[in-house]
Amino acid sequence: MASFTKSLFLFLFIQFCFSILPSSFAQSPTPGSSDGYTIYGRVKIPSFGTKEFSLPAKVSNVKVILNGGQRVSFLRPDGYFSFHNVPAGTHLIEVAAKGYFFSPVRVDVSARNPGKIQAALTENRRGLSEFVLEPLKEEQYYEIREPFSIMSIVKSPMGLMMGFMLIVVFLMPKLMENMDPEEMKRAQEEMRNQGVPSLASLLPGAARSN
Amino acid sequence: MVGQKNLKADKDDLILVFGKGCLHAISGIDGEVLWRKDFASESIEVSHIIQSPEVIYVAGFVGSSKFYVYEVNAKSGELLKNNHVALPFATSGESLSVSGDKFVVLDDVRSKIVTIDINNGNINYNQKQVSDLIKDSSGQAVILPSKLPGLFALKINSQVLLIKVTNEGELVALDQIDNTAAFSNALSISEDQHVFAFVQYEDNKIQLSVKDVNDWNGALLKENLVIDHQRGNIEKIFINNYVRTDRSHGFRALMVMEDHSLLLVQQGEIVWSREDGLASVVDVTTSELPVEKEGVSVAKVEQNLFEWLKGHVLKLKGTLMIASAEEKIAIQKLRLRSSEKSKMTRDHNGFRKLLIVLTRAGKVFALHTGDGRIVWSTTLHALRKSEDCEHPVGLNIYQWQVPHHHALDENPSLLVIGRCGPSVTAPTVISFLDAYTGKELNSLSLAHTVARVIPLPYTDSTEQRLHLIIDVNKHAYLYPRTPEAIEILKREFSNIYWYSVETDNGVIRGHALKSNCIHEIVDEYCFVFRDLWSIVFPSESEKIIATVTRKSNEVVHTQAKVMTDHDVMYKYISKNILFVANAAPKASGEIGTATPEEATLVIYIIDTVTGRILHRMTHHGCQGPVHAVFSENWVVYHYFNLRAHRHEMSVIEVYDQSRADNKDIWKFVLGKHNLTSPISSYYRPEISAKSQSYFFTHSVKAIEVTSTAKGITSKQLLIGTIGDQVLALDKRFLDPRRTLNPSQAEKEEGIIPLTDSLPIISQSYITHSLKVEGLRGIVTVPAKLESTSLVFAYGVDLFFTQIAPSRTYDSLTEDFSYALLLLTIVALVAALFVTYVLSERKDLEEKWR
Repeated sequence: MASFTKSLFLFLFIQFCFSILPSSFAQSPTPGSSDGYTIYGRVKIPSFGTKEFSLPAKVSNVKVILNGGQRVSFLRPDGYFSFHNVPAGTHLIEVAAKGYFFSPVRVDVSARNPGKIQAALTENRRGLSEFVLEPLKEEQYYEIREPFSIMSIVKSPMGLMMGFMLIVVFLMPKLMENMDPEEMKRAQEEMRNQGVPSLASLLPGAARSN
Repeated sequence: MVGQKNLKADKDDLILVFGKGCLHAISGIDGEVLWRKDFASESIEVSHIIQSPEVIYVAGFVGSSKFYVYEVNAKSGELLKNNHVALPFATSGESLSVSGDKFVVLDDVRSKIVTIDINNGNINYNQKQVSDLIKDSSGQAVILPSKLPGLFALKINSQVLLIKVTNEGELVALDQIDNTAAFSNALSISEDQHVFAFVQYEDNKIQLSVKDVNDWNGALLKENLVIDHQRGNIEKIFINNYVRTDRSHGFRALMVMEDHSLLLVQQGEIVWSREDGLASVVDVTTSELPVEKEGVSVAKVEQNLFEWLKGHVLKLKGTLMIASAEEKIAIQKLRLRSSEKSKMTRDHNGFRKLLIVLTRAGKVFALHTGDGRIVWSTTLHALRKSEDCEHPVGLNIYQWQVPHHHALDENPSLLVIGRCGPSVTAPTVISFLDAYTGKELNSLSLAHTVARVIPLPYTDSTEQRLHLIIDVNKHAYLYPRTPEAIEILKREFSNIYWYSVETDNGVIRGHALKSNCIHEIVDEYCFVFRDLWSIVFPSESEKIIATVTRKSNEVVHTQAKVMTDHDVMYKYISKNILFVANAAPKASGEIGTATPEEATLVIYIIDTVTGRILHRMTHHGCQGPVHAVFSENWVVYHYFNLRAHRHEMSVIEVYDQSRADNKDIWKFVLGKHNLTSPISSYYRPEISAKSQSYFFTHSVKAIEVTSTAKGITSKQLLIGTIGDQVLALDKRFLDPRRTLNPSQAEKEEGIIPLTDSLPIISQSYITHSLKVEGLRGIVTVPAKLESTSLVFAYGVDLFFTQIAPSRTYDSLTEDFSYALLLLTIVALVAALFVTYVLSERKDLEEKWR
């Protein structure tokens, strides 16, 4: 459990920071305790309004996870979170919020230089000047069903088949009509000479007997 | 950690928080830490904090007999005084605060009650023999942790003694209550009235009583109620009051039962109940539903005739739109019950199954996959809390008997393994359950311990599966204990191999059966085993953090894999293959504790029959936690790369090289190929491994792979992410043959261009916008339909779905429009007639011409 081992000074300092900056991060070694740094940050979820499939983001459902589940923190209503007693080193912070894709954040807590934290998004290696985590993108969990349209039926295999059939039924006789009657006669003659091509004649055995 | 707060929620009040040996005073106004006082150096086990406006007393034991009281200034946190008293005997158990400054505690032989009184920092103590208060004090006395003002409850055997502590520190026995189950804390219902509740067992009923702390004789409430004995004993009780219309006080009681279910009791009735035991699922198996019987028995119809009529009347009302809201709900329920999805019979596609889950409390639930309802639930008799079995826990559940050939008329049964306590050496119980009814068929208290259970690939004539249970003393026991099972085992004696992993020593051993046990009592079901091989990892550089093997019931469709250039690769498919991940000891902790220089991750693939290391790989600058899944000839594992500071996933595919030269056609012609040679685990085929790594964004809680009936369908990885969602990722993304610029032929085969990270497509979350809170495990079961796999994810929430990794190619989709099909057919027929008529007419015209 997170314990309250930070000093009054620290609290005041943080309050001060928050009051002058819209958001900020700060950390400080805790006097008395050997390995206590505190990571402060803020999660900002832009309210995209009520999109069709995105559920309204509830701040209380957002989890901030340190080092793959070592510690879990929740957000205050204004989006701030903190981890106390974090040892110096390189840590990983992940934000789990339904409907949003957050990049994990690499957090370097410096031991030599107290008061120094460096944060960078691991997905795009972008450094953060202030510890404000914003979603990289919104997540759509559902595929949008194609609305019913006459085009989708026409484009479907069955629709194409029907279209082809219609073409054959109605357009082919028209094409025949447009042909020159003499040429037609010649073609028919030729066909008669060759004999009616049948399935049997296509088979190799039958062809030989011809 | 002790939290203490003033009852009056005044704004100026201090909130005192004690944690990690340090007392913090926090302002009630803005949450500022006003002062802190470190007690860590005093080695005191702080158990009580008494707050008064001026001074704060911090009391507790140092060791087991020295009682210390520290006096701290409430304003500044300055230590004013410290005082201690050494008791002439050791104490046992927790001390209980009876009133503001009085504590009671038992001595180490539990024969004396010690009352400690701190008055302005001065410590006085009295002691009294338990035998002075109760005649029969032979049992172990325990102070119950209920907080009652001026009172405490002492439990001896099944009796509870209520003892009043007077202002002078005298102990007076108030009452003796038999067969008590649980006591609640005191509840203040008015300025000076404190009440508490307790429950007593009476034959097969339980009695709930609410009494005033000060007025012992009158009971405010006395209710009898019947609770299903499946729920076990009452563990805890909480009360809360409400004011009735006649201004008297009514009480509700919330009971926590032994099977972790919750009951709310009001006016002698259970208002609602919740099966909260389902939040702690420890193991899952599935069972087929009964085969649908032809015809319905007459008795069943007669019994349900009235129900049937009622249902139809309801439905009629529904269609006539005269049903009330309640009736509408009933109609919905009826529809759901009669719907195809929730039937209690086997379906053609194998979608309907029973999910049998074992909870930590030792209760077994059967959940229907159609609608998630509880079909039956059983608290195992052997896993009930008792004198010999104080902390029973459920461990594993196995399919014991799956009748499908010889014994179709028998119900399938399950094997449940439980243990009395957390240690491996605790006594073990096994139990056999009927999978359709949940009836306990048999239960055994084992004389031996259970370290591991190995389901063998053999069944007897009644289709009972043979199981070997390995105990901690290196014995293997065969179950079922029948002569037939022994016969089967004797036949396969030399074919049984298994391995054991000793994480602490960094050793993996292979074992085989040797001979019967040599005991005083001859037990022909007991065997000793020998070590075949052992792999010792260097303890200074490697520590075992994960081992994964293939699922024994996995089906592989084909061993051959055709490459793009019409080359054939043969998958190395062996059931006896083990994946081991070792981390450097310095980096075996959590992320953030090690630097990239000192972290390495070493991966082994080991044959468990011969102990041969098939493949070894090192990931520098990487560390655990490792989650892995092994399927067919590949393993996919997830770990953390410290250099890039990102999670990574790697795949290793193992191919059999000894069969690779079979592609020469002349060898086939001359009969020189070795394809017909038997595959044996004793051979040492030449193998080759291919591997590739990718970045993956999220931390992972569990990885599974889909399993289908015949293994033809392509596979998807199911990844339980840190955000408690389940992501389905095509295995194609984890293919070592991916290259930056795949050739046209490779593209046609479906090889995806190589990217440095695995894509997370939000539509492929199979949980969609739901969350499986506290996700712990994912289980996949094949459906009968080849394209479909059933997925069950459990954590605090339970989630079930069916997925088709290559879409449902063998059945029409749910949204297939039958209407459109019919419409097309009708249109075609109509067109046929129309064209027929038209052509007839045209023919006629031609003839007239």
